[in-house]
Amino acid sequence: MIKRASVLLLLLGLGAVFASLLLDYVPSTELSLTATYYAERGAQETGATNLITAILVTYRGLDTLGEVTVLFLAAAIVGLVLSRGRQAGETGDAGGATAAPPAGELLSTGKDLLVPLILLLGVYVIANGHLTPGGGFQGGAILASAILLILLTDPMRRFSHRLIAALESVSGLVFVGMGVLGIFLAGGFLDNRILPLGTLGELFSAGAIPVIYAFVGLKVGAEFSSMLVNLSETRESRS
Amino acid sequence: MIAHIAMAAGFSLILIGLYGALTNRNILRMIVAFTLANTGVNLVLISVGYISGRTAPILDSSVPLADASARIIDPIPQALVLTAIVIGVGVTALMLAYAYKLHESKGTLDITKFQDLKW
Repeated sequence: MIKRASVLLLLLGLGAVFASLLLDYVPSTELSLTATYYAERGAQETGATNLITAILVTYRGLDTLGEVTVLFLAAAIVGLVLSRGRQAGETGDAGGATAAPPAGELLSTGKDLLVPLILLLGVYVIANGHLTPGGGFQGGAILASAILLILLTDPMRRFSHRLIAALESVSGLVFVGMGVLGIFLAGGFLDNRILPLGTLGELFSAGAIPVIYAFVGLKVGAEFSSMLVNLSETRESRS
Repeated sequence: MIAHIAMAAGFSLILIGLYGALTNRNILRMIVAFTLANTGVNLVLISVGYISGRTAPILDSSVPLADASARIIDPIPQALVLTAIVIGVGVTALMLAYAYKLHESKGTLDITKFQDLKW
Protein backbone atom coordinates (compact mmCIF):
# COMPACT_ATOMS: atom_id res chain seq x y z
CA MET A 1 0.00 0.00 0.00
CA ILE A 2 2.81 2.36 0.89
CA LYS A 3 4.48 1.41 -2.36
CA ARG A 4 1.38 2.26 -4.37
CA ALA A 5 1.05 5.59 -2.55
CA SER A 6 4.67 6.51 -3.19
CA VAL A 7 4.24 5.67 -6.87
CA LEU A 8 1.19 7.93 -7.05
CA LEU A 9 3.06 10.67 -5.22
CA LEU A 10 5.96 10.43 -7.66
CA LEU A 11 3.65 10.54 -10.65
CA LEU A 12 1.77 13.46 -9.13
CA GLY A 13 5.01 15.42 -8.81
CA LEU A 14 6.05 14.52 -12.33
CA GLY A 15 2.57 15.43 -13.58
CA ALA A 16 2.89 18.84 -11.91
CA VAL A 17 6.21 19.41 -13.66
CA PHE A 18 4.71 18.37 -16.99
CA ALA A 19 1.64 20.55 -16.43
CA SER A 20 3.73 23.63 -15.77
CA LEU A 21 5.82 22.87 -18.85
CA LEU A 22 2.67 22.46 -20.90
CA LEU A 23 0.97 25.61 -19.62
CA ASP A 24 4.04 27.75 -20.18
CA TYR A 25 4.70 26.37 -23.63
CA VAL A 26 4.35 28.94 -26.36
CA PRO A 27 4.52 27.40 -29.84
CA SER A 28 7.13 29.12 -31.93
CA THR A 29 6.01 30.95 -35.02
CA GLU A 30 9.42 31.07 -36.65
CA LEU A 31 11.94 28.38 -37.49
CA SER A 32 15.03 28.24 -35.34
CA LEU A 33 18.31 29.45 -36.82
CA THR A 34 19.55 25.96 -37.70
CA ALA A 35 16.20 24.96 -39.17
CA THR A 36 16.14 28.10 -41.29
CA TYR A 37 19.56 27.23 -42.65
CA TYR A 38 18.38 23.73 -43.52
CA ALA A 39 15.21 25.07 -45.12
CA GLU A 40 16.98 27.67 -47.24
CA ARG A 41 20.15 25.87 -48.18
CA GLY A 42 19.53 22.19 -47.49
CA ALA A 43 17.87 21.34 -50.78
CA GLN A 44 20.53 23.06 -52.85
CA GLU A 45 23.47 21.74 -50.89
CA THR A 46 22.33 18.11 -50.75
CA GLY A 47 19.89 17.84 -53.66
CA ALA A 48 17.32 16.07 -51.46
CA THR A 49 13.78 17.43 -51.37
CA ASN A 50 13.06 15.57 -48.13
CA LEU A 51 14.90 17.79 -45.68
CA ILE A 52 14.69 15.20 -42.90
CA THR A 53 16.67 12.82 -45.06
CA ALA A 54 19.15 15.58 -45.85
CA ILE A 55 19.65 16.17 -42.12
CA LEU A 56 19.83 12.48 -41.22
CA VAL A 57 22.17 11.30 -43.94
CA THR A 58 24.34 14.33 -44.62
CA TYR A 59 24.27 17.08 -42.00
CA ARG A 60 23.97 14.70 -39.06
CA GLY A 61 25.30 11.65 -40.85
CA LEU A 62 27.66 10.86 -38.01
CA ASP A 63 24.67 10.59 -35.64
CA THR A 64 23.03 8.16 -38.04
CA LEU A 65 26.22 6.10 -38.07
CA GLY A 66 26.08 6.05 -34.27
CA GLU A 67 22.41 5.12 -34.36
CA VAL A 68 23.05 2.21 -36.69
CA THR A 69 25.87 1.14 -34.36
CA VAL A 70 23.53 1.21 -31.35
CA LEU A 71 21.04 -0.88 -33.30
CA PHE A 72 23.79 -3.31 -34.26
CA LEU A 73 24.82 -3.58 -30.61
CA ALA A 74 21.23 -4.25 -29.56
CA ALA A 75 20.87 -6.96 -32.21
CA ALA A 76 24.22 -8.49 -31.24
CA ILE A 77 23.35 -8.56 -27.54
CA VAL A 78 19.93 -10.09 -28.27
CA GLY A 79 21.73 -12.78 -30.25
CA LEU A 80 24.32 -13.31 -27.51
CA VAL A 81 21.80 -13.47 -24.66
CA LEU A 82 19.47 -15.81 -26.50
CA SER A 83 22.07 -18.08 -28.07
CA ARG A 84 23.39 -19.16 -24.67
CA GLY A 85 19.93 -20.19 -23.60
CA ARG A 86 19.49 -22.09 -26.84
CA GLN A 87 22.53 -24.29 -26.30
CA ALA A 88 21.45 -25.14 -22.77
CA GLY A 89 17.86 -25.72 -23.84
CA GLU A 90 18.62 -27.92 -26.81
CA THR A 91 20.50 -30.52 -24.81
CA GLY A 92 17.55 -30.65 -22.43
CA ASP A 93 14.68 -31.21 -24.80
CA ALA A 94 16.35 -32.68 -27.86
CA GLY A 95 13.84 -34.90 -29.57
CA GLY A 96 11.10 -33.54 -27.37
CA ALA A 97 10.63 -30.60 -29.71
CA THR A 98 7.09 -30.79 -31.00
CA ALA A 99 6.32 -29.50 -34.46
CA ALA A 100 4.24 -26.35 -34.45
CA PRO A 101 0.67 -26.79 -35.69
CA PRO A 102 0.34 -25.84 -39.37
CA ALA A 103 -0.58 -22.26 -40.10
CA GLY A 104 -4.10 -21.74 -41.33
CA GLU A 105 -5.07 -21.41 -44.97
CA LEU A 106 -5.60 -17.68 -44.61
CA LEU A 107 -2.20 -17.04 -43.10
CA SER A 108 -0.19 -19.17 -45.53
CA THR A 109 -1.99 -17.87 -48.64
CA GLY A 110 -1.79 -14.35 -47.30
CA LYS A 111 1.93 -14.79 -46.75
CA ASP A 112 2.51 -15.97 -50.32
CA LEU A 113 0.56 -13.00 -51.62
CA LEU A 114 1.85 -10.32 -49.30
CA VAL A 115 5.56 -11.04 -48.79
CA PRO A 116 6.63 -10.01 -52.33
CA LEU A 117 4.42 -6.91 -52.11
CA ILE A 118 5.84 -5.97 -48.71
CA LEU A 119 9.38 -6.41 -50.00
CA LEU A 120 8.53 -4.25 -53.02
CA LEU A 121 7.06 -1.56 -50.78
CA GLY A 122 10.17 -1.66 -48.61
CA VAL A 123 12.45 -1.19 -51.61
CA TYR A 124 10.21 1.63 -52.89
CA VAL A 125 10.26 3.44 -49.56
CA ILE A 126 14.05 3.11 -49.34
CA ALA A 127 14.64 4.23 -52.94
CA ASN A 128 12.46 7.32 -52.56
CA GLY A 129 13.80 8.33 -49.18
CA HIS A 130 15.32 11.54 -50.46
CA LEU A 131 12.13 12.65 -52.24
CA THR A 132 9.13 11.58 -50.16
CA PRO A 133 8.50 10.53 -46.56
CA GLY A 134 10.50 7.37 -46.07
CA GLY A 135 14.06 6.19 -46.18
CA GLY A 136 16.40 3.55 -44.95
CA PHE A 137 15.06 3.11 -41.43
CA GLN A 138 11.41 2.96 -42.38
CA GLY A 139 12.08 0.80 -45.42
CA GLY A 140 14.33 -1.50 -43.43
CA ALA A 141 11.59 -1.99 -40.85
CA ILE A 142 9.14 -2.80 -43.67
CA LEU A 143 11.58 -5.36 -45.09
CA ALA A 144 11.90 -6.96 -41.67
CA SER A 145 8.11 -7.10 -41.33
CA ALA A 146 8.08 -9.44 -44.35
CA ILE A 147 10.44 -11.72 -42.41
CA LEU A 148 8.08 -11.45 -39.44
CA LEU A 149 5.17 -12.58 -41.60
CA ILE A 150 7.16 -15.56 -42.84
CA LEU A 151 8.06 -16.46 -39.26
CA LEU A 152 4.42 -16.16 -38.16
CA THR A 153 3.40 -18.61 -40.87
CA ASP A 154 6.15 -21.08 -40.16
CA PRO A 155 7.78 -20.59 -36.75
CA MET A 156 10.14 -23.51 -37.33
CA ARG A 157 11.59 -21.96 -40.45
CA ARG A 158 15.31 -21.29 -40.22
CA PHE A 159 17.06 -18.38 -41.83
CA SER A 160 20.75 -18.38 -42.55
CA HIS A 161 22.47 -16.45 -39.80
CA ARG A 162 25.57 -16.24 -41.94
CA LEU A 163 23.65 -14.55 -44.76
CA ILE A 164 22.08 -12.02 -42.40
CA ALA A 165 25.43 -11.30 -40.74
CA ALA A 166 27.17 -10.93 -44.12
CA LEU A 167 24.45 -8.57 -45.40
CA GLU A 168 24.68 -6.50 -42.26
CA SER A 169 28.46 -6.18 -42.16
CA VAL A 170 28.80 -5.50 -45.89
CA SER A 171 26.23 -2.71 -45.78
CA GLY A 172 27.81 -1.26 -42.66
CA LEU A 173 31.21 -1.28 -44.36
CA VAL A 174 29.81 0.37 -47.48
CA PHE A 175 28.15 3.04 -45.32
CA VAL A 176 31.45 3.89 -43.59
CA GLY A 177 33.33 3.55 -46.90
CA MET A 178 31.07 6.10 -48.60
CA GLY A 179 31.63 8.39 -45.63
CA VAL A 180 35.41 8.08 -45.92
CA LEU A 181 35.20 8.66 -49.68
CA GLY A 182 33.50 11.93 -48.83
CA ILE A 183 36.64 13.08 -47.00
CA PHE A 184 38.79 12.57 -50.10
CA LEU A 185 36.41 13.50 -52.92
CA ALA A 186 34.20 16.15 -51.30
CA GLY A 187 33.90 18.37 -48.26
CA GLY A 188 34.12 15.90 -45.39
CA PHE A 189 32.99 12.69 -43.77
CA LEU A 190 29.66 11.49 -45.22
CA ASP A 191 29.48 14.40 -47.66
CA ASN A 192 27.03 13.30 -50.35
CA ARG A 193 28.60 15.30 -53.16
CA ILE A 194 30.91 12.47 -54.20
CA LEU A 195 28.27 11.70 -56.85
CA PRO A 196 26.65 14.36 -59.08
CA LEU A 197 23.70 16.03 -57.36
CA GLY A 198 21.46 15.80 -60.42
CA THR A 199 18.15 17.60 -60.83
CA LEU A 200 16.25 18.41 -57.66
CA GLY A 201 13.30 16.05 -57.25
CA GLU A 202 14.35 13.22 -59.55
CA LEU A 203 14.93 9.65 -58.47
CA PHE A 204 18.60 9.67 -59.41
CA SER A 205 19.63 12.83 -57.62
CA ALA A 206 20.93 13.99 -54.26
CA GLY A 207 24.40 12.54 -54.82
CA ALA A 208 25.28 9.68 -52.52
CA ILE A 209 22.16 9.97 -50.32
CA PRO A 210 20.12 7.23 -52.08
CA VAL A 211 23.13 4.91 -52.12
CA ILE A 212 23.91 5.46 -48.45
CA TYR A 213 20.26 5.17 -47.49
CA ALA A 214 19.88 1.94 -49.47
CA PHE A 215 22.67 0.37 -47.47
CA VAL A 216 21.29 1.81 -44.23
CA GLY A 217 17.98 0.20 -45.19
CA LEU A 218 19.64 -3.15 -45.84
CA LYS A 219 21.50 -2.92 -42.57
CA VAL A 220 18.44 -1.98 -40.53
CA GLY A 221 16.41 -4.70 -42.23
CA ALA A 222 19.12 -7.27 -41.51
CA GLU A 223 19.40 -6.16 -37.87
CA PHE A 224 15.65 -6.28 -37.23
CA SER A 225 15.49 -9.63 -39.02
CA SER A 226 18.27 -11.03 -36.88
CA MET A 227 16.43 -9.90 -33.74
CA LEU A 228 13.21 -11.52 -34.97
CA VAL A 229 14.98 -14.72 -36.01
CA ASN A 230 16.81 -14.92 -32.70
CA LEU A 231 13.62 -14.36 -30.73
CA SER A 232 11.72 -16.93 -32.77
CA GLU A 233 14.42 -19.59 -32.53
CA THR A 234 14.27 -19.71 -28.76
CA ARG A 235 12.50 -22.75 -27.40
CA GLU A 236 9.74 -22.64 -24.83
CA SER A 237 11.63 -22.37 -21.58
CA ARG A 238 10.78 -24.87 -18.90
CA SER A 239 8.27 -23.41 -16.53
CA MET B 1 -3.48 24.65 -30.14
CA ILE B 2 -2.80 21.31 -31.77
CA ALA B 3 0.77 21.40 -30.48
CA HIS B 4 -0.64 21.72 -26.96
CA ILE B 5 -2.98 18.78 -27.50
CA ALA B 6 -0.19 16.60 -28.87
CA MET B 7 2.09 17.63 -26.03
CA ALA B 8 -0.60 16.90 -23.41
CA ALA B 9 -1.17 13.49 -25.00
CA GLY B 10 2.56 12.82 -24.96
CA PHE B 11 2.91 13.81 -21.29
CA SER B 12 -0.12 11.66 -20.38
CA LEU B 13 1.41 8.70 -22.21
CA ILE B 14 4.66 9.17 -20.28
CA LEU B 15 2.75 9.23 -16.98
CA ILE B 16 0.62 6.21 -17.91
CA GLY B 17 3.72 4.33 -19.00
CA LEU B 18 5.61 5.14 -15.80
CA TYR B 19 2.58 4.19 -13.69
CA GLY B 20 2.33 0.87 -15.51
CA ALA B 21 6.06 0.19 -15.21
CA LEU B 22 6.07 0.95 -11.48
CA THR B 23 2.91 -0.88 -10.42
CA ASN B 24 2.80 -3.95 -12.66
CA ARG B 25 4.54 -7.04 -11.42
CA ASN B 26 4.69 -8.92 -14.69
CA ILE B 27 7.86 -8.10 -16.59
CA LEU B 28 6.13 -8.30 -19.98
CA ARG B 29 3.58 -5.71 -18.87
CA MET B 30 6.40 -3.49 -17.65
CA ILE B 31 8.01 -3.71 -21.10
CA VAL B 32 4.72 -2.70 -22.73
CA ALA B 33 4.48 0.20 -20.28
CA PHE B 34 7.99 1.32 -21.16
CA THR B 35 7.18 1.37 -24.86
CA LEU B 36 4.11 3.49 -24.03
CA ALA B 37 6.31 6.00 -22.20
CA ASN B 38 8.74 5.91 -25.12
CA THR B 39 5.93 6.81 -27.52
CA GLY B 40 4.95 9.66 -25.23
CA VAL B 41 8.46 11.09 -25.30
CA ASN B 42 8.47 10.91 -29.10
CA LEU B 43 5.11 12.68 -29.26
CA VAL B 44 6.32 15.50 -27.02
CA LEU B 45 9.48 15.93 -29.11
CA ILE B 46 7.48 16.05 -32.34
CA SER B 47 5.01 18.57 -30.93
CA VAL B 48 7.84 20.96 -30.01
CA GLY B 49 8.77 21.31 -33.68
CA TYR B 50 5.24 21.99 -34.84
CA ILE B 51 4.39 25.42 -36.14
CA SER B 52 0.74 26.22 -36.70
CA GLY B 53 -0.36 26.51 -40.30
CA ARG B 54 2.75 25.00 -41.86
CA THR B 55 3.44 21.74 -43.62
CA ALA B 56 5.93 18.87 -43.57
CA PRO B 57 9.56 19.70 -44.40
CA ILE B 58 9.46 18.13 -47.84
CA LEU B 59 9.85 20.35 -50.86
CA ASP B 60 7.45 19.83 -53.74
CA SER B 61 5.23 21.88 -56.03
CA SER B 62 3.25 23.34 -53.11
CA VAL B 63 6.38 24.15 -51.09
CA PRO B 64 8.74 25.90 -53.50
CA LEU B 65 12.37 26.25 -52.54
CA ALA B 66 12.17 30.05 -52.54
CA ASP B 67 9.93 30.46 -49.49
CA ALA B 68 10.53 27.08 -47.90
CA SER B 69 11.59 28.64 -44.60
CA ALA B 70 8.16 30.29 -44.29
CA ARG B 71 6.18 27.17 -45.18
CA ILE B 72 7.70 24.21 -43.37
CA ILE B 73 7.82 23.07 -39.76
CA ASP B 74 11.05 22.39 -37.91
CA PRO B 75 12.71 19.31 -39.46
CA ILE B 76 15.23 18.76 -36.64
CA PRO B 77 12.87 17.25 -34.02
CA GLN B 78 11.50 14.95 -36.70
CA ALA B 79 14.97 13.69 -37.56
CA LEU B 80 15.65 13.21 -33.84
CA VAL B 81 12.44 11.26 -33.33
CA LEU B 82 13.20 9.07 -36.33
CA THR B 83 16.38 8.12 -34.49
CA ALA B 84 14.54 7.70 -31.20
CA ILE B 85 11.94 5.33 -32.68
CA VAL B 86 14.60 3.04 -34.11
CA ILE B 87 16.57 3.00 -30.87
CA GLY B 88 13.30 2.34 -29.02
CA VAL B 89 12.74 -0.79 -31.07
CA GLY B 90 16.25 -1.99 -30.29
CA VAL B 91 15.78 -1.35 -26.57
CA THR B 92 12.44 -3.16 -26.59
CA ALA B 93 13.98 -6.18 -28.29
CA LEU B 94 16.77 -6.14 -25.71
CA MET B 95 14.26 -5.99 -22.83
CA LEU B 96 12.33 -8.91 -24.32
CA ALA B 97 15.50 -10.97 -24.64
CA TYR B 98 16.38 -10.31 -21.00
CA ALA B 99 12.81 -11.12 -19.98
CA TYR B 100 13.20 -14.45 -21.75
CA LYS B 101 16.43 -15.14 -19.87
CA LEU B 102 14.82 -14.20 -16.56
CA HIS B 103 11.91 -16.52 -17.25
CA GLU B 104 14.36 -19.25 -18.08
CA SER B 105 16.27 -18.81 -14.84
CA LYS B 106 13.33 -18.65 -12.42
CA GLY B 107 10.40 -20.01 -14.44
CA THR B 108 8.35 -16.92 -13.71
CA LEU B 109 7.98 -13.35 -14.94
CA ASP B 110 6.82 -11.98 -11.58
CA ILE B 111 9.25 -9.20 -10.60
CA THR B 112 8.73 -9.83 -6.87
CA LYS B 113 10.33 -13.26 -7.25
CA PHE B 114 13.61 -11.71 -8.37
CA GLN B 115 15.18 -10.55 -5.12
CA ASP B 116 18.84 -11.28 -5.75
CA LEU B 117 19.78 -7.61 -5.84
CA LYS B 118 17.31 -6.46 -3.21
CA TRP B 119 18.53 -5.23 0.13
